[in-house]
Amino acid sequence: MSSAAPPKGAPPKTRRARHAKASGRGARTARPAGLWRDAWHDLRRRPLFTVSAVLIAVVLVMAAVPSLFTSVDPYDAAGCVLGDARQGPSAAHWFGTDNQGCDTYARTVYGARNSVLVGLGTTVLTALAGGLLGLVAGFRGGWLDAVLSRVTEVFFAIPSVLGALLILSIFRTGTVWTVTLALAVLAWPMTFRIMRASVITARGQDYVVAARGLGASAGRLMFRHILPNAIAPLIVVSTINLGVFIAAEAGLSFLGLGVQSPDITWGLMIADARARFHEAAGPLLFPAALLSVTVLAFIMLGDAVRDALDPKLR
Amino acid sequence: MAATGDPVLEVRDLVKHFPVTQGVLARRQVGAIRAVDGVSFDLRRGETLGIVGESGCGKSTLARLLMALERPTSGSVRVGGREITRAKGAELKQVRRNIQLVMQDPYTSLNPRMTVGDIVGEPYEIHQDVLPRGRRRRRVQELLEIVGLDPDHADRYPHQFSGGQRQRIGIARGLALRPEIIVCDEPVSALDVSIQAQVVNLLGRLQQEFGLSYIFIAHDLSVVRHISDRVGVMYLGKVVELGRDADIYGRPEHPYTRALLSAVPVPDPDGRERRERIILQGDPPSPADPPSGCRFRTRCWKARDVCAQQEPPLQVRPGASHESACHFPELYPVPRPY
Amino acid sequence: MTGITGGTPSMLPAWGGGAVPRNEPLLAVEDLHVEFATRQGAVKAVNGVDYTLEAGETLAVLGESGSGKSVTAQAIMGILDTPPARVTRGRVLFRGTDLLGLSEENRARVRGRRIAMIFQDALSALNPVFTVGWQIGEMFRVHQGASRRDAERRAVELMDRVRIPGAARRLHDYPHQFSGGMRQRIMIAMAVALEPELLIADEPTTALDVTVQAQIMELLTEIQRESGMGMILITHDLGVVADAADKIAVMYGGRIVEHALVHDAYRAPAHPYTRGLLDSIPRIDRKGRELHAITGLPPNLLDMPPGCSFAPRCPYRQGDCAVEAPPLHRIGPTRGSACHYWREVLDGSHG
Repeated sequence: MSSAAPPKGAPPKTRRARHAKASGRGARTARPAGLWRDAWHDLRRRPLFTVSAVLIAVVLVMAAVPSLFTSVDPYDAAGCVLGDARQGPSAAHWFGTDNQGCDTYARTVYGARNSVLVGLGTTVLTALAGGLLGLVAGFRGGWLDAVLSRVTEVFFAIPSVLGALLILSIFRTGTVWTVTLALAVLAWPMTFRIMRASVITARGQDYVVAARGLGASAGRLMFRHILPNAIAPLIVVSTINLGVFIAAEAGLSFLGLGVQSPDITWGLMIADARARFHEAAGPLLFPAALLSVTVLAFIMLGDAVRDALDPKLR
Repeated sequence: MAATGDPVLEVRDLVKHFPVTQGVLARRQVGAIRAVDGVSFDLRRGETLGIVGESGCGKSTLARLLMALERPTSGSVRVGGREITRAKGAELKQVRRNIQLVMQDPYTSLNPRMTVGDIVGEPYEIHQDVLPRGRRRRRVQELLEIVGLDPDHADRYPHQFSGGQRQRIGIARGLALRPEIIVCDEPVSALDVSIQAQVVNLLGRLQQEFGLSYIFIAHDLSVVRHISDRVGVMYLGKVVELGRDADIYGRPEHPYTRALLSAVPVPDPDGRERRERIILQGDPPSPADPPSGCRFRTRCWKARDVCAQQEPPLQVRPGASHESACHFPELYPVPRPY
Repeated sequence: MTGITGGTPSMLPAWGGGAVPRNEPLLAVEDLHVEFATRQGAVKAVNGVDYTLEAGETLAVLGESGSGKSVTAQAIMGILDTPPARVTRGRVLFRGTDLLGLSEENRARVRGRRIAMIFQDALSALNPVFTVGWQIGEMFRVHQGASRRDAERRAVELMDRVRIPGAARRLHDYPHQFSGGMRQRIMIAMAVALEPELLIADEPTTALDVTVQAQIMELLTEIQRESGMGMILITHDLGVVADAADKIAVMYGGRIVEHALVHDAYRAPAHPYTRGLLDSIPRIDRKGRELHAITGLPPNLLDMPPGCSFAPRCPYRQGDCAVEAPPLHRIGPTRGSACHYWREVLDGSHG
């Protein structure tokens, strides 16, 4: 948000602090800070944020550089020994092995990348598409808003699994990118509605009226005045959604609709391990545990961000 | 506060009806809220015109019409001789330099995500040709100084200031383009009592310094009297009385003005037992369905048949000192000016 | 508190009981302190408030936002949210009984029945999903066990008493169907339904237009005259105080800085803040000139100045004001001022 950045040519912090003390006409608080910086300051002191941020950081590093966590490359078929299938945890295989005799720990680590890619990709797509359309619809109102709102209602009426099935069947094969697209197509109406509602609230605020009175253009009103004040709910929901999308990807892959073998995702691993669960629980439990922890971490982060951004608590 | 001849703002027969619609698919208009219903007045250079009235009388809609934030249903508003009601784009932007707004609530009228310097400097961002980029920061600091704030606080955010300070920031923003007219919509009513006088004084000082003309909209009658040269009293979308401050407060002609003035509690307990009070009955009627004839007749103790049939025009009546819209104006001064 | 049984007469004199000791005021607030826990630290909202009120009297508590006037009232009512609020010291004696020492159960018996309160915002104080008749009648049903029909009949009587036109017809209307003034009347009706001995009116007319304000103030004073209840009128409007109050207590920075009979305070204020407020009222003879404005800003409750909290804005300030907080100096039997230099202020010798 550009408005949160210090204005160009702002004096260094020390000078501002000195003035706050020296001036009898001083403002209420000496700490110079925008609302975003206040929120960040506040966020850092929340244990919920620290815990979730650390967990998410670990998952992100795992997704980016899985070789940091394991020397085994699960995409290399030579690493799997069928004779070792469904073994319990041991020094060689921390989480045991799966039906093909592959190392469950290595596969779980490598599975993070696809899950995180789907989560991030879908979140960015929905935030951009839903956010921008919501901004324009909420600001302009009129027929554009009416049409877009009806369209989102149609999307809400489609059962999501059925919708995903339809969209993915168009592409024939499931990859990370088609799953991302399918989820984004189904989820943008949610971000649209959230953005539209908060834009409509912000649009009527006095400072927007004041800017109109100065002769501000529509672009300035939208991006300088309304967007920075309306985006907080979208950020919160997007954070939570990131976890939800990761879970959705696992669900689709589990059903065989999503990413296909030989790619590795947590959902696929769970699906593969399901049939022989009674013989070996490890190949199902470990990816499922990491999936749950990741989803939970994003939801906790979303909660922490919501509290930090809530101006009523300020 | 001497007002010199030529009018800087001319308002003629200004009407704003907000349509009331019904129906889900085909919206049809079932009525109209007659927020402003035929208002005319002039504002001269250096003059302050106070507008008083109760909630729902249309005074805030009037402010928005003057600022071209709403398009009127009919009528004309001329700023410096230029019609603004039909102006668009660059022409409207040009007119806006001449008329600026100070709003009621200093907590909502400043963008919380912008620094004070950016807020006060925004007029120059919008009207790029007013001031070269390099001189803007300096000018913003001057403006802050003029309204009594520390210019070094330009990089702070609004929430770091108190209500009174924020209202000064709003005033600085209003001054930036050097307008001739400032519309003040309840500029002190959201402020603490001990701060109101500071802001009223500031507005008075700025008027003298820059030769500003004010439309001063407020419900606090004593503040309006203090700052205004002339006062207009509004009731249900109409100006029912318009005159010099001394006339309105000393010789109110319209019964509504009398009731309004007598309802204001006097900040002096001496003699309160003997004070005469006109207590109006009931609430003002809805502006969606105003009474026929004179709009005040449903609450007026002087109403007769003619009041329901004929709408009294706003004019100077025989023996009267100023304009009023009443068939039976009171023509004697009040015993003790309010 | 063990108050499990119904009546605990030893702790609380019965309704209008004759057991009230003589010279016991209706309400006496003594050395009340209230703090709020916030993220930035403890906000000292009320810092030692004392006042007394007799039956039939109106005490106006005047102050601006953050002066602690509403918090004091909420502490008396026992409707502070605790936490974050905490009464750290003091007593609230209602007919000699310390309300702060009562169990919540006993306190609830006082609240609404013997002490009632009305608020600035009637719309949010009324429940939007019940009719006004039901809500007024509820007072009789809950507190007095009245039957539904009986409660309804008395609700109509009350609505008539607060002069709501067509009371019987409007009994089944919902709060949003009434105007602001009418809603305020409904809230007054609920407050006086059980004939309380004390009514606390917190900015009752601030949200209303002047002509409606005049109606409501007239109604309140009339009800008070008829019932003889005591009234605490919390306001920031010097005009409302001058019109309706017998006594005035001026609050600033969580303290009472001056208390006096209303005529005395307006004739010759004894605290620089009161004086500043009265001087800043626009008067005819000051037209065209600057108003006397109090300079500076109200104090930050998180960071109160040492000594007198008004000192940074005070024209009478001397060296010791920033060091030593002035006690509430007694000026005659009915008057007090928390200013080291109250004599100078009273004389109006400078400032």
